[in-house]
Amino acid sequence: MAAPTATREGDREGREPILLFKDIDEPGLATREVYERRGGYSSLRKALQMSPEEVLEQLKTSGIRGRGGAGFAMGTKVSFLPKGQMDKYLVCNADESEPGTFKDRELMQKTPHMLIEGIAIASYAAGANRCFIYVRGEYVLQADVLDAALAEAREAGYVGEDVLGSGHSMTLVVHRGAGAYICGEETGLLDSLEGKRGNPRLKPPFPAVQGLYQGPTLINNVETLATVPAIIAMGGEQYAKLGVETSTGTKLVSVSGHVQRPGNYEIELGIPSREIVYGLAGGPPEGRRVKCWFPGGSSSPVLKEEDLDVPYDFNSLAGAGSMLGSGAIIVVDDSTPILDVAMKTAKFYRHESCGKCTPCREGTNWTVKMLERIDDGEATPMDLDIMASVQEHIIGNCLCVLGDAMAMPIGSMIAKFKDELEAHMEQARLRRGLNGAGASDAALQAQGALDA
Amino acid sequence: MAVPRFGHGSRVPGWDAPVDLEKDPAEIPGVGGSPSPEVPDGLRAQIEAHMANYPDRRSAALPALEAAQRVHGWCSPEAIEQVAYVMGVTPAYLESVATFYDMLENAPVGRHDVYVCTNISCSLCGADELLAQVRAAVAGAPDGAAEFNVRAFECLGACDIAPMASVDGVYVGPLTAEDVPRLLEDARAGRPVLPEKQLARKLVADPHANSREFPLHDAEPARRAR
Repeated sequence: MAAPTATREGDREGREPILLFKDIDEPGLATREVYERRGGYSSLRKALQMSPEEVLEQLKTSGIRGRGGAGFAMGTKVSFLPKGQMDKYLVCNADESEPGTFKDRELMQKTPHMLIEGIAIASYAAGANRCFIYVRGEYVLQADVLDAALAEAREAGYVGEDVLGSGHSMTLVVHRGAGAYICGEETGLLDSLEGKRGNPRLKPPFPAVQGLYQGPTLINNVETLATVPAIIAMGGEQYAKLGVETSTGTKLVSVSGHVQRPGNYEIELGIPSREIVYGLAGGPPEGRRVKCWFPGGSSSPVLKEEDLDVPYDFNSLAGAGSMLGSGAIIVVDDSTPILDVAMKTAKFYRHESCGKCTPCREGTNWTVKMLERIDDGEATPMDLDIMASVQEHIIGNCLCVLGDAMAMPIGSMIAKFKDELEAHMEQARLRRGLNGAGASDAALQAQGALDA
Repeated sequence: MAVPRFGHGSRVPGWDAPVDLEKDPAEIPGVGGSPSPEVPDGLRAQIEAHMANYPDRRSAALPALEAAQRVHGWCSPEAIEQVAYVMGVTPAYLESVATFYDMLENAPVGRHDVYVCTNISCSLCGADELLAQVRAAVAGAPDGAAEFNVRAFECLGACDIAPMASVDGVYVGPLTAEDVPRLLEDARAGRPVLPEKQLARKLVADPHANSREFPLHDAEPARRAR
């Protein structure tokens, strides 16, 4: 891990083109000088030569779908904003809190000007005059880097009044959060940016119509906005040739958990998932097998080893019963009981539920309690069915999808690992019953009453 | 199974000290005859600068509370009152905000934040053991509680260096039991924390990203504690 990653030129033959990560570790890339030397801000100049409608058309043609989790087509989202002279807002969602996701961190820290350029272009296309980057409070270094880069961009006239003499004016502010997963949900983020508790809002009205300060608001993920300069540079049509039909372009994937080379990788959408988990990230440690994997952060339903051949793109993963989400692959190998994974997942959502909607607030809490019952040996086989029904009652019944984000992976674990959970339950029950009579684990194993 | 009960018979802690219902709710400090608190000059300037960034001054609540927390160590009643005074909002409003976010402290804590990530990816790599080791090391120091604010944190967004911790905002990992004493010593002494294990130094994992070999990045300097 510590050794610098040397790149072999020969390896690049026939591989996916690198758009976002191209020479990302070049010293000084976070400064305007180096970024401009590499052709930075030329896409902004190019975009400002076009009309906002033409820029929007390029984004639509590119087919790029939101990289934050929902996968909504960016061009379409921009077009939802009303036309005309009024205060319009653009918010970059940099509250990267989905467990397993750390791609935006790498972009903001190493190439902040790419994001700022993307925001400047998107604000021109959307007619937004007030822009914000909502960066999670934990990312102290990244927010500092962004602040420094923003000061340089302002000085050079890329951000501010009358950008490069085009007549387009916009302000940009880096806003730091203070630690709350729910603020990554778009309406929760807006409430938080307005200085309130980050409670999600009822939709509709959608943010494009009534968002920040009740004004029309475009919200996009860091990676989506950082891709915009590349789309303008190569043209939407060219970009759409990358990837597969319904999932165009390249995607940053964060691979973590039981893999030998965890980290961020830029892939062309549509390559087999196995190539990412085994080819790039090295697969699980020697002698272990993949037990399950989350394809898109902890909110996505888990898949099993045999699903590794599913192409890694939006529609293929949806077809396999999961989702691409934020592009965060978490690999769990066979050394970990599935109950531990379920418990960690459920406890996370219990902690992060804002408490506004009952199904989520209560459902996450009861799911944790029922999982603990299994581990304590107090559960009966019926509990799994009850737990599955609790998940069903959360999905679709809340203002936002935080509850669903727990219900989907937990539901998938109950469905796919029922045998293991039942065995775990039985072992725990035996241990509890027999230990109550004063026998130790070792004595019980010797009797053959308990698996070692 | 015995269910723990609290003084008032509830299973939920924290409701032992009810609000004084006879008392009027706190007004905006300095308005309508309520007293104006003294605000340190630096803090006032910071809060006013934050307010100037937004169309609505209330948007500055989070950065303002964060700034006040740096001065006061936590979101104490005095800190909240000072921010409320400068921002022209009620203390209750700011309290509602301060109690929502994980990084705003509602009780006095140690000077150095040590957030240990215990979410899925990190726990698969041994984060729970790491947290226990950090807690034990801090408990073993005579001034541990005053110096360190050790917390199990949800995903900090650095699963590539799991198991990891954020020490006063500086990300370090992957950590082992041997790193714990030096991590605490570095933080205590105001030195850069475990420079060779800092996330800031790392190159991207993707072997196809860089077309040539680049040196590691610089380590972060020590960040200011409370």
